[in-house]
Amino acid sequence: MSLQNIKKYLRKDMFPHIWCPGCGNGIIMASLLRAIDALALDPDKVVVVSGIGCSGRISGYLDFNTVHTTHGRALAYATGIKLANPELTVIVAMGDGDGSAIGGNHLIHAARRNIDLTAILFNNSIYGMTGGQFSPLTPFEKRASTAPYGNVDHPFDLAPLVKSAGASFVARTTTFHVFNLQKYLERGIKKKGFSFIEVITGCPTFYGRYNKIGEGLDMIKYQKEHSITYDRAKNLSEEELADKIVVGVFQDIEKPEYISEYEKIIEREHHE
Amino acid sequence: MSKNVRLMQGNEALVEAAIMAGVRFFAGYPITPSSEIAEGFSKKLPRVGGKFIQMEDEIASMAATIGASIAGVKSVTATSGPGFSLKQENLGFGIMAEVPCLVVNVQRMGPSTGRPTKPSQGDIMQTRWGTHGDHPIVVLYPTTVPEVFKYTIEAINISERLRTPVIFLMDETLGHMREKVLLPEPDEIKVVNRKFPKVGKEDYLPYKPADDDVPVIAPFGKGYRYHITGLHHNYKGYPTTQPEEVEELTKRLLRKVERVLDDIFILNTYMYDDAEYVLYAYGITARIAKEAVNILREEGLKIGLLNPITIWPFHEDKIEGLLGGKKKVFVVELNSGQMKGEIERIYPRKDVIGINKLNAELINPYEIADHVREGLR
Repeated sequence: MSLQNIKKYLRKDMFPHIWCPGCGNGIIMASLLRAIDALALDPDKVVVVSGIGCSGRISGYLDFNTVHTTHGRALAYATGIKLANPELTVIVAMGDGDGSAIGGNHLIHAARRNIDLTAILFNNSIYGMTGGQFSPLTPFEKRASTAPYGNVDHPFDLAPLVKSAGASFVARTTTFHVFNLQKYLERGIKKKGFSFIEVITGCPTFYGRYNKIGEGLDMIKYQKEHSITYDRAKNLSEEELADKIVVGVFQDIEKPEYISEYEKIIEREHHE
Repeated sequence: MSKNVRLMQGNEALVEAAIMAGVRFFAGYPITPSSEIAEGFSKKLPRVGGKFIQMEDEIASMAATIGASIAGVKSVTATSGPGFSLKQENLGFGIMAEVPCLVVNVQRMGPSTGRPTKPSQGDIMQTRWGTHGDHPIVVLYPTTVPEVFKYTIEAINISERLRTPVIFLMDETLGHMREKVLLPEPDEIKVVNRKFPKVGKEDYLPYKPADDDVPVIAPFGKGYRYHITGLHHNYKGYPTTQPEEVEELTKRLLRKVERVLDDIFILNTYMYDDAEYVLYAYGITARIAKEAVNILREEGLKIGLLNPITIWPFHEDKIEGLLGGKKKVFVVELNSGQMKGEIERIYPRKDVIGINKLNAELINPYEIADHVREGLR
């Protein structure tokens, strides 16, 4: 896939980026830019808010209105920005530790509120920036620097969790499925309401190494071989799904969006 | 009686004043004794086209408040002790990223859940050093409900001018007590708005300071695309690890407040010029100390009151000058002596006497007078 159409959205003076060779984050970033390009969004009206961690650095690389916030709080900052200026398209980038551990409360509440934000969760199953500790999305029995004997914590199944919390659009895909990834990002951005796209991405430096999966390419092959669609997964048992990545659209509905509802109050009560 | 005279709670006065100063966003979380502030904003903001949001926690409230200000809207959050503790991390982000906003702390007694419905002045040092790292802070602390109104506007103006979060401290008593407030007409108050860039988009450096050490940062969505980060950053807003850039940013953040100290330092005095003895007090305690001055003056003691409204930054030179030639300083606080330590840095330790109360009850003027008499024995 060519980078021709998306180079214009990059802050070239911020490169080289900090991501390791074989890291999947660049694939997600490129897919996001292709989605923004396909939707022909005005860069002046695009906001990218990120948290802390490897994924958090994405905001710095993009030539939009960008904020690299505090750990786990990107959605809360984004909520303030979107409320203050609803004409902005606000996209939030989070990591798995960032978005599901320290920021887990903000994630379920942003979904419950159904505020018009598009949240992308970079799920590399580990805390990469800090050296490979296990996260709430590290699978059971997998290894990490703080789970040297295997992880005895059970992971969240995050996409269904966000769906039940109330999001309008929920999808999960991987860095192997780049066409779906772009398509889901486009659908998420277009959706009036809270959109959540979980992307399984490889961290060869820590997760791949600790769990002997291999290099970046091997991790993408792993994603390909272990993915199963949402529809097919419905008929499988928990055991059959144990090492599978369920991909697809989990939720796509129309429901009242927070800011639109609030603006109805302003319309009624505003007398200035 | 003017139609603009209203009987108001301190918490209500804060809401009215903030809206008059141009605030159009509030994010908060319910907590005693500040909840009436959130309730007030939830009712008033939509009426002026603004927005209120009750967030999932105090951390998110601070973050959303900063977020709204990044988008160009004047914003406020309000809380009390436990919530103020939770806001510290994002407060530091606001200072580092230079985002104006007002953070209200209607104090209750701590530590921990403490005495939620009772007064205490235990957060003096937390307002100064609550968030990590060397940072500037401006804290205003009124003593009456009319002062809540007046200094809320002032605090928001300082925040806009210096592009830094300003903390507004109140006492539980002040938040809940009702007093007469004369509401000014909009043209009777001075409202400061943050500056908008004058340079073209191509030449724009969001974090390049102007002559006053304050950068001119555009609201999001106006065509000035740039980066904001809590990392140390250069003029472009990009993260930096260059020691000289790191040092320059750290020092500039401190300097932009220090250099306007004379402007932002508000201090009121009572019976001070001929005073030989001093009561140093702030917040609700200053108001009580004023009455203690009256009692002691009737007995012939030449005593006066120093009441800083701006409790931080601590204006050492000014306070040192005002204390020069006085015989003793009594620092009256509903804590174990947090501000007393500051006075001791600039005044002979043996002549600084703390009058402290730690039972979550207000001190009364007679108690203060008793302590003064005892201290002079």
